Amino acid sequence: MSKVKMYTRFERFWHWCQSAIILALLVTGLQIHFTGLTLLDFATAVQLHRVFAWAFLGLAAFAIFWHITSGEWKQYLPTNQSLGAMVKFYLVGMFKTHEHPVRKTRTQKLNPLQRLVYLGFKILIFPVLATSGLAYMYWDSIQRSFGLETVPLSLIAVVHLAAAYIMVVFLIGHLYMITTGRTVAANLKAMITGWDEEHGATSA
Amino acid sequence: MRTKWTVLVGVVGALGAGALGLTSAPGQPAGQAGVLPAAAPAPAQPVVGGRGESTADHSTFEVLQQDFKTGPEVTAACLTCHTDAAQQLMKTSHWTWLSTDQTTTTAAGEAVPFGKGARVINNFCIAVPGNEPRCTSCHIGYGWKDSSFDFSNQNLVDCLVCHDSTGKYKKFPTAAGHPVYADTPDEQREWPKGSGKFWEPAPLREIAQSVSMPSRQNCGECHFFGGGGEGVKHGDMDESLATPALHVDVHMSPDGADMHCIACHTTHSHKVSGRYYEQAAYDERSFVLRGSPHESNLLACESCHTQWPHQTAAREGKDVKNAARLDAHQDRVSCQACHIPTMARERPTKMWWDWSKAGEKNEDGTPKKVMVDTKGTKTPQYDMQKGEFIWVLDENPEYRWFNGNTKQVFIDTKIDDTTPGKDRGKVTGLWSKIDLDKPIADINTLLGDANDPKARIWPVKVHRGIQPYDAGNKTLVAPKLFPGAGDKAAAYWKAFDWQKATEAGMKENNAPYSGQLGWIQTEMNWPLAHMVAPAEDAVGCVECHSTNGRLAGLEGLYIPGRDRNMLVEYAGMGLIGLTLLGAVSHGALRVLTSGSRK
Ligand code: HEM
Repeated sequence: MSKVKMYTRFERFWHWCQSAIILALLVTGLQIHFTGLTLLDFATAVQLHRVFAWAFLGLAAFAIFWHITSGEWKQYLPTNQSLGAMVKFYLVGMFKTHEHPVRKTRTQKLNPLQRLVYLGFKILIFPVLATSGLAYMYWDSIQRSFGLETVPLSLIAVVHLAAAYIMVVFLIGHLYMITTGRTVAANLKAMITGWDEEHGATSA
Repeated sequence: MRTKWTVLVGVVGALGAGALGLTSAPGQPAGQAGVLPAAAPAPAQPVVGGRGESTADHSTFEVLQQDFKTGPEVTAACLTCHTDAAQQLMKTSHWTWLSTDQTTTTAAGEAVPFGKGARVINNFCIAVPGNEPRCTSCHIGYGWKDSSFDFSNQNLVDCLVCHDSTGKYKKFPTAAGHPVYADTPDEQREWPKGSGKFWEPAPLREIAQSVSMPSRQNCGECHFFGGGGEGVKHGDMDESLATPALHVDVHMSPDGADMHCIACHTTHSHKVSGRYYEQAAYDERSFVLRGSPHESNLLACESCHTQWPHQTAAREGKDVKNAARLDAHQDRVSCQACHIPTMARERPTKMWWDWSKAGEKNEDGTPKKVMVDTKGTKTPQYDMQKGEFIWVLDENPEYRWFNGNTKQVFIDTKIDDTTPGKDRGKVTGLWSKIDLDKPIADINTLLGDANDPKARIWPVKVHRGIQPYDAGNKTLVAPKLFPGAGDKAAAYWKAFDWQKATEAGMKENNAPYSGQLGWIQTEMNWPLAHMVAPAEDAVGCVECHSTNGRLAGLEGLYIPGRDRNMLVEYAGMGLIGLTLLGAVSHGALRVLTSGSRK
């Protein structure tokens, strides 16, 4: 087992910024949606939700550029190799002494399950959240420009909200999965320092 | 973008110019101090919002050095110079009390004009014809006692009620538009009747010599008292607007812009702009270039404030959160909805009028009268002549979709007297005794709904009540209330007999009456547009963006914070629950089996 620089400086910067932004969007979004909450006043929540939405989009632009130029996007290509093994590992193996069935290396950071989930996020949930969010923001102008006066805002809101709920589901799952590394804190440490041990079965 | 900036520069320029005018206008005498005769009245203060200060000192005019005996004598003098003024005025609804641009079709298929002078019915004192000398005390003429009034006599136009600057000119409430004159007998000067208070004659000479552009007080002389008393009709107009405090009206307050009514109700050839029954106040909501041939009126807020008022304010350095978001509300929300936070902010307004309860006497036979306390102000709750009332002070209005147009019920309009109100989506409002299981007739309908791109959410005073109707013909009726002219003995306030009063009233309205008198609940909408509060008093976000807020019952649009799609909510919450459960049980299993891991 060898220590490698698993996450580059940019990758960690991007990850933690994104976490903070999504958390902020979640809190402000919740305050907008459930006005009974008193985390923030409504106007401030709206204002911050917009500020963080733009921050989110700005960061995404950098992240997309980074993914393309570094070739890291390939890490997210889905594979069904060992997919069954992964499911079995989480359902059974993890409670025994079984070793992780897929080896995590610098060039193959993501196991087949992670690939699927993260890819789904990048091409589905994030774009849907951002697009519906932008549509939400500019709905009156969009309606006027494209003659969509009869399309109700509720449609945009429902999409945005459904995606936001899935986001929360992801967050819970994600937070829990952090603890399933070699040790409870190993994954967290790796994303902070960048250093991780390549581990897991050498072949699937 | 470019045009946007051009407009903004224009606004700033216009505002700047306005501000300069404001600072220089008050206190500056209209006449030349040097040539004023010794006994001249105080010079009129120029009215801001008028078309500039006067270049003529009326106190120097020979024709006005008279001891006028009557109003028409004054008018005759005015007309010697202002040759076209009366003719201009006679074309306006201030004179005709009829719509000038629109007509309605009678049952016989005839297109006729309508207005407070004919065919229109309300749920206050119900109708003008038959009640003239009282109602017509607010007519811009002299002597409209009954239907024989000569609408072509120029000397009968009352110049002074609009142009008096002394505050001493008042039309006597029952004198068909005349003030009190030196030779008016005592019994015709006492008001209220039996109070022992007698009006002084109007000093016509002084008044004529100091005329000026109409001020808030002039317009208010009639418009603050619609319905025959202060604040009866409008929920946004009463005497407090003569010199309003800043929190009452940011535009008209001397501590604010000190604007007068005609600043927005722009006037051309004596035609004052404004909404009149079914006629909308304005068609377009956009910045108006002053002085251009296309200038119509400045009634829309956007005429001065543009369609980006919040962003403009933010650029000027004002502390406006979410300026762009607030501006974006304007497609669905009227400016008035947020900026007129409450109605009747200073003086009470009437919300409920049940005519069916009228006629009760005290045990000793005297007319029954009950006053109640409304937030510290005494308001009538019962009056033998009129029935039962509810008044309110400083309360939230109701909110309705409104595209600027209304549909009016006329004296011959068939009403629905069977469908219960609740089946027509009616609500009781907070201050009425409406029974939703019984029918409710609409005196007027605000047109537009959520699907109408021109409709926006408006604050509305909804005046509800119970009034007589013709159960045979299914029309509202216009009873004769005031015993001023015509069949005086039949008037309700003389005989206290609804049947007689209705027969007489309908006759004087030239309308059929089946003889079957019934009572019906009615509601009348009064969209609010005055009493715009300072920006910091605007309605806050969560007053509407919340489940139980001001817009709780408003249908047809999605309001973030108010509305939710329950399918998404339950599915989302369910998924979150399952995920949490999964994580917790997985974690627990890991802990439990951790012995076997090491
Ligand atoms: C680029 C990303 C996003 C954009 C552009 C965006 C934009 C918006 C906008 C415009 C609104 C309506 C309120 C307003 O006008 O300010 C809104 C509401 C909301 N947002 Fe976002 N948002 C984004 C991301 C997120 C994320 C990541 C979450 C949650 C994890 C979220 C949760 C919510 C919620 C719950 C609401 C309330 C919806 C309602 O009650 O109708 N948003 N968002």
